[in-house]
Amino acid sequence: MTTQARFPAMSRLLHWLMAAMIVAMLFIGVGMAASVSARYELLVAIHRPLGIAIFVLCVIRIVNRFINPPPELPDTVPSLQRFTAKASHVVLYALMFIMPLVGWGMLSAARYPIVLYGPLRLPPILPHDLTLYAWLRDLHTGLAYLFFATILAHFGAALFHGLIRRDGVLESMAS
Amino acid sequence: MKPFWFGAGPASDAGVIVRLAAIGAVMLSVAAAFADVGGWFSPARLTQDRMMAAFQDANGTHAGFRRNHAKGVCVTGWFESSGQAAALSKAAVFRPGRVPVVGRFALAGGMPFQTDAPAKVRSMALRFLVPGGEEWRTGMNNIPVFPVNSARGFYEQLLASSPDPATGKPDPARMKAFLAAHPETVRALALIKQREVTSGFANSTFNSLNAFRFVDAAGASVPVRWSTVPVQPSATDSAEPSAAGDKNYLFDDLIAQIAQHPQQWRLIVTIGQADDQTNDATLPWPAGRRQVDAGTVTIDRASSEDGGRCTAVNYDPLVLPSGIEPSDDPLLSARSAAYARSFTLRAEEEHEKPLSAVTVQEVKAGGNS
Repeated sequence: MTTQARFPAMSRLLHWLMAAMIVAMLFIGVGMAASVSARYELLVAIHRPLGIAIFVLCVIRIVNRFINPPPELPDTVPSLQRFTAKASHVVLYALMFIMPLVGWGMLSAARYPIVLYGPLRLPPILPHDLTLYAWLRDLHTGLAYLFFATILAHFGAALFHGLIRRDGVLESMAS
Repeated sequence: MKPFWFGAGPASDAGVIVRLAAIGAVMLSVAAAFADVGGWFSPARLTQDRMMAAFQDANGTHAGFRRNHAKGVCVTGWFESSGQAAALSKAAVFRPGRVPVVGRFALAGGMPFQTDAPAKVRSMALRFLVPGGEEWRTGMNNIPVFPVNSARGFYEQLLASSPDPATGKPDPARMKAFLAAHPETVRALALIKQREVTSGFANSTFNSLNAFRFVDAAGASVPVRWSTVPVQPSATDSAEPSAAGDKNYLFDDLIAQIAQHPQQWRLIVTIGQADDQTNDATLPWPAGRRQVDAGTVTIDRASSEDGGRCTAVNYDPLVLPSGIEPSDDPLLSARSAAYARSFTLRAEEEHEKPLSAVTVQEVKAGGNS
């Protein structure tokens, strides 16, 4: 096995914390959009503050990435895989930054109160506009499916590194 | 030279296939779990989409309109709190003072061009715009109890009342079967039938039907239901002159009455006792429960939905300020979910929406179309 540098501890903490939150968020989202049961209310009540928490952590994570740069991929990784890895990470970062903003924006355009917890609410960030809401609502769904697919690919690639290539890339984050 | 794609890894060929298959299986399982949560594998599960499809079966397609309570007008005014409910709920709306209100009067049902008739269920929706504070939205009906007590019951009632494709009319056998399976609906419909039907919106009492909880500053909570009770004198339906041949007579009367002078309702909060059921909207609470007069709603302006201030508002019953909490009534979650999907659909269809039944001209003409 090649010696592969590990991600810094702060990066690993942020990665795994956000991984759990984002995966939970995607499952809650797809579940609540299909539900008329008593669970709907609870799922929505979790979805809003969890989304905002992901946004805050995402900003921290971007700052952390500059302070603690990730280790380079091993030289043995072929160039197309290297490009795909880089591109998928750009997509993941973009989505974890944009998705909460689209959610916040669409609730704003619909003039739903953006309730975090109890009396704690966020102000609207967009004008009250049905057409804008419709556009953002569809975008929110579309990006959610893209996010899920990208995370699934990222997960598969990590397993590929760990089980097939055995190049220490999985361990650089997972150990 | 570095390999371009699948380079020779350190793994042996024999194990690679097995391990690749394992990776594929894990990824498929995650994707399947996601699809399962989304309802793809459970055609019997009642989802928002299936609820919307049932509305379409029952009412036809009406692009851009609310899926239920489709025919309506917007109104504005204010709520003057008496301060009397402030001891029961910490919500700012109940402190003495005045709060602007954006409301909507409507007829139940998904047909935006239905003809007004005395027995059709009337609704009043209100949005209390507490300055710098938390909003409260409520939708109320002029019936004493709700005909069903679950989302499934509502869905089955919709299906049972949908026109049969063969005859174009609802099949009485389906409604009979529905009622046989839902004794709570039979009991509720009997109470609904007994209600006093007044001459119009302005002298109707509107009820929250669902129970909620008021929470005071100390955190103590009581079950409540609320009603808007008209200050205008009650008059039972007496075919007024405007009623003859006017498809919108209920709305036109309301518009004319508001134009004459502001119309008022008292917001009456009924406080339930510990053993009063809060999870079944088909059951009335016993008479004689304590009531608090929380204040007066004054409506001084009506406008068409086209360009009106209520149009881009979803009167979601779960938009509540702290101090008002949902009860354990499953209909609250169901209404919230269904309203949200209806709101999204009509927002998407906004550009195809025809003019509403009650037009801008009709309101300008003082409601006398």
